[in-house]
Amino acid sequence: MRIRLGEASESFRQWAEERLGLKEVRDFLAHKKVPLHSATIWYYFGGITLFLFVIQVLTGILLLLYYRPTPAEAYESVQFIMTRVEFGWLVRSIHSWSANLMILSAFIHMFSVVFLHAYRRPREVTWLSGIALLGLSLAFGFSGYLLPWNEISYFATKVGTDMAASLPWIGEPLARFLRGGDDVGGATLTRFFGFHVAVLPGAMTLFLLVHLALVQKFGISVPPKVEEAAQQNRQPLAQMPFFPNFFLRELMAWYAALGVLGSLAALFPWELGVKADPFAPAPAGIRPEWYFLAPFYTLKLLPSHVWFIEGELLGLMAFTLLGVFWAMLPFWAVDRQGAVRTRLVTGAGVALLAYLGTFSALGYWR
Amino acid sequence: MAEGRRNILQWILGGGFAASILSFVYPAIRFMNPPAVPEAAVNEASVGSASGWKPNSGKIVRFGSRPVLLIRASESEWRAYSAICTHLNCTVQYQEAERQIWCACHNGFYDLNGRVVSGPPPRPLEEYTVRVRGDEVVVARRS
Repeated sequence: MRIRLGEASESFRQWAEERLGLKEVRDFLAHKKVPLHSATIWYYFGGITLFLFVIQVLTGILLLLYYRPTPAEAYESVQFIMTRVEFGWLVRSIHSWSANLMILSAFIHMFSVVFLHAYRRPREVTWLSGIALLGLSLAFGFSGYLLPWNEISYFATKVGTDMAASLPWIGEPLARFLRGGDDVGGATLTRFFGFHVAVLPGAMTLFLLVHLALVQKFGISVPPKVEEAAQQNRQPLAQMPFFPNFFLRELMAWYAALGVLGSLAALFPWELGVKADPFAPAPAGIRPEWYFLAPFYTLKLLPSHVWFIEGELLGLMAFTLLGVFWAMLPFWAVDRQGAVRTRLVTGAGVALLAYLGTFSALGYWR
Repeated sequence: MAEGRRNILQWILGGGFAASILSFVYPAIRFMNPPAVPEAAVNEASVGSASGWKPNSGKIVRFGSRPVLLIRASESEWRAYSAICTHLNCTVQYQEAERQIWCACHNGFYDLNGRVVSGPPPRPLEEYTVRVRGDEVVVARRS
């Protein structure tokens, strides 16, 4: 019997080999290596971000079974999920916490790429696709925030879409497109729901495929200092096989992330707040999600006019310029001879981190 | 000669293809632009009885589909302003202790005349007129 089972499994293996070409996958995995050095730990955050995105997709599909995207029913349907559906509170809490952890993990991944100088040639497009993914993640956060149709999300959307409206020339049509009308209302909720569950997942999948394909093509970057040290010592770079060594470690990191996520979701269930009322004033202490706190506090500080420009427009222009400058990092990070300006980039990274950290903290507490 | 003819054909084919793509994309782009929904023009709205309001108080009332902040500054003095902050579209509220109008979103302050006192709002609030007919409070657009 054993022999027969063995024969059967061997013939199935051959059958699958012929049709799927698994040997090529095995060979690819056997040759794939991951650099091993003191900063290897930062390599895990890209994978953790991807893992949390998968959690988002799965819990999002579950929430879709009950959620209703109309002003009359949205809040009540989330309330129904949280109070009547079995484990509904947990699924919704995981979706909200995972969204926040995913953005945190994406930021950690981005800053690790900056400080390890992994953006440099030939990985410029990998960086750009990563910036697009971060932008899409923030768009996911902004559109998903409105869906429970509560007081805070309603005003956050009013502010966010009005910021778009203050852009010169394209501002008004853009804001009308986002809102589905002149003001935030039922049409906005329907549109944001469509963006959140159809447009953004499609775009995210596309950019994710490009990003992962480029990471596969160019391999994992080695920090310049590690490269130099290896050259000076005339020793080959320390590496570990991707499969199974790095893969198993990555799985452990995912499991740890799942543990953190589950604990946060269970111990601190995400609140629903008060239902949105277009005829109620904005509540005291209103503030956006933590990842929008820095621009929020900056806008709070700006006076109504700076010289002849309105403060909000100036702020928006500054954020846009900063965003473009940051997205173009791989192109100003090298000098004419092609050498990486490591000090300049590290300084810019520290400055941005300091701005985001300080203004987020001030926005939270003041 | 043949090459020139081929070039012309390529231009015609390429141009036709580009035009057909445009003709597919154009309706989709127009579709995304929300149509203007005609709103019943509201010039005046009755917002309740005056006896329910104590002096130095304010609350948001409906003016058609728009929120208006109605303030009873004193026994005989009424004020009404659009409740939409001129900074970033949040809804303002009346603060009785400070006798000021406040926007909680970015900490903008307006005085009882709707003028900006401090914070980021770039313009004063749009003013409405208030009339008290007997016990009925009526808010109207300024002509």
